[in-house]
Amino acid sequence: MERLLPVVIVLALASAYGLWYRSSRGRVKNSARAKLIALDAKTLGGELGERATLVQFSSAFCTPCRMTRTLITDVITDMPDIRHIDIDAESHLDLVRRLDIRSTPTTLFLDGAGIERGRAIGAPKRNELIEAITALKA
Amino acid sequence: MTFENPIALTSGKSEMASTEKKNEKNFPLIDARGPRFGAMITVLMLSLTLVFDSALPLLVQGVVFMIGATFGPQRTPYAFIFKRLIKPLLRGDVPTEDVRPPQFAQAVGLVFAIFALLGFASGSDPLFLIATSMALAAAFLNAAFNYCLGCEMYLLLTRAFKR
Repeated sequence: MERLLPVVIVLALASAYGLWYRSSRGRVKNSARAKLIALDAKTLGGELGERATLVQFSSAFCTPCRMTRTLITDVITDMPDIRHIDIDAESHLDLVRRLDIRSTPTTLFLDGAGIERGRAIGAPKRNELIEAITALKA
Repeated sequence: MTFENPIALTSGKSEMASTEKKNEKNFPLIDARGPRFGAMITVLMLSLTLVFDSALPLLVQGVVFMIGATFGPQRTPYAFIFKRLIKPLLRGDVPTEDVRPPQFAQAVGLVFAIFALLGFASGSDPLFLIATSMALAAAFLNAAFNYCLGCEMYLLLTRAFKR
């Protein structure tokens, strides 16, 4: 029976990590004030929205990236002052390092001045996405 | 093994049936529940490997990883079982996903399996145990929590190794 021990330990550790993973992914968190740097259209490769911009970092090996793209497009339709920029993380590694993007999808919530106010790792939950956009517009 | 070129991982693409659904970049879209079912069998195989201290289930799993990494997760024996036995029992909308994320996960699994087999062959218990455990943890996370290995690992690897 002692041969069961490694399996039990691995599954217990993986479960603990999995619970953390599930609860943290998709949450929109406020960004720390210390990291605030204004991003511009040139750096991001797309025009900023008048009130807010959602900057999504995606990669090829990422199933929730497609979901995130669809969700954001759907939520900001009829909001001309909000823009969505989808960036291929792999081909923008300098920006990825500068902004400390570690996994995909990561979505940055920029205010009208291009300053990061929040970020979500993983596909954002719909209600939190709407809340974050409303907060940026206020 | 390099993960830099997603196209290289899907080189079997040209042989695929024309009826297969494709996404906007012409990569196959597959039933997302298939790889997750495959991960459940993978958990079983790797658990058997550890419990019986046997290389046989590990070797079988290694071959499955190799098929999945080379031809796609929809081409493995586990995918065949899913299509024949499990899928007919499932109802509701079919969630689809791009073939590349699960294929990346199969490639990572293959790397772990190769190290584990090397550990077994060379009599290195720690290598065998650790590499098998890593593959088991990843498969379990995928099966139980819908963990996206490509999302978490690919960018970190690219950041670490590519200038």
